[in-house]
Amino acid sequence: MEINATLIGQLITFAILVWFTMKFVWPPITKAMHERDKKIADGLNAAEHGQRALVEAKDKALVILADAKKEANQVIVEAHKRSAHLIEEAKDHAKAESVRIKAQAQDDIAREVMQAKEGIRKQLVGLAVLGAEKILQRNLDVAAQSSLLDEFVAEI
Amino acid sequence: MNSSNYIEHHLQHLQLNLNTFKLGNNGFWTLNLDTFFVGLVTAFLIGGTLWYVAKHMQLAKPSRLQNFVEVAVTFVQRTVHESYRGQSQLIAPLALTLMLWIFFMNALDLLPVDFFPLVLNLFGVAHFKSVPTADPNMTFAMSISVFILVLFYNIVVKKWHLGKEILTKPFGPYLFPLNIFFRILEEIVRPFSLALRLFGNMFAGELIFVLIAMLPWWAQWLPGGIWAIFHILIITLQAFIFMMLTIVYLSMAHDSH
Repeated sequence: MEINATLIGQLITFAILVWFTMKFVWPPITKAMHERDKKIADGLNAAEHGQRALVEAKDKALVILADAKKEANQVIVEAHKRSAHLIEEAKDHAKAESVRIKAQAQDDIAREVMQAKEGIRKQLVGLAVLGAEKILQRNLDVAAQSSLLDEFVAEI
Repeated sequence: MNSSNYIEHHLQHLQLNLNTFKLGNNGFWTLNLDTFFVGLVTAFLIGGTLWYVAKHMQLAKPSRLQNFVEVAVTFVQRTVHESYRGQSQLIAPLALTLMLWIFFMNALDLLPVDFFPLVLNLFGVAHFKSVPTADPNMTFAMSISVFILVLFYNIVVKKWHLGKEILTKPFGPYLFPLNIFFRILEEIVRPFSLALRLFGNMFAGELIFVLIAMLPWWAQWLPGGIWAIFHILIITLQAFIFMMLTIVYLSMAHDSH
């Protein structure tokens, strides 16, 4: 083991090598690695962000769906109510109409009965008068006997 | 060639006399050509590969090479982040360079011990010690760099607090001579421990490979294989320890303790 000028030579070699590494090797390599790290981190971040957005969207969709269901239910309920109401109304209407028609018919019937009765009465009066005329033909005063006949007819 | 010659041959550096620029030893002014060139080549390969990867960074489809570099960078980044709280942009690249360079220089001792010497012998090179981290010059070069950085950050970050810290820690202001002594000892010991730990491990490993290579050819594969597999752990562990301790020392230079 002897120390000689090789020491100086190796000192210089070492210094140059370290300087070279520091100047031209280390910065670009670490920079590139750092860039890649950043890229990967960004990618992961983006992925996480996307996932969160997806979850949010899913939640939103669920809320919207629930709302829509509720609304649809409401519409259906309303429609049911409305149809029931309409049916009820129609029923009422029909009932009223039938009552009205029935009343009218009864009126008509009553009137016609009255008319018939009147006619019959009139005919009866004529017939009675005719009969009486036939019976009492000659000297019977129609005017004097007519009140009597009226009484008779009313009794029929 | 007898065995002690063989070992000696393997422990001999290819040396350049810096006064005459001829091969040979000249005391301090000697350059270990093998250590220097292997260190330089590995440094170029690592720097070039890292530079290539840095130029062609792809975010979506990283190549295998890029993946490997990214694993190393991430590992270093995390380690630095865990123990270092300062702002310096130097520490992490320094740690990465240390770990990779030491690892690949260490890894050269997994090559057969005779490979480089034999091949280079064809070209007339007498000695070649291929593992730079088994040369104390290499390990001390790195640990002294770390030592200088520790001093630098101590002064730059703590400014006049440093003086107070040296005088009063750990025994309080009344024992300040002892405090100074301990502080200096602590700072001096660190580069030694850093350098000698790595050097010792790699030198011993290399030596054992050389010893294994002296066994008869039919007996080499088992101990050689076991030692090589074990050494995969050692080279990685030593590279990691050197890096880790560097980070720890530098972070201690930032925090007051």
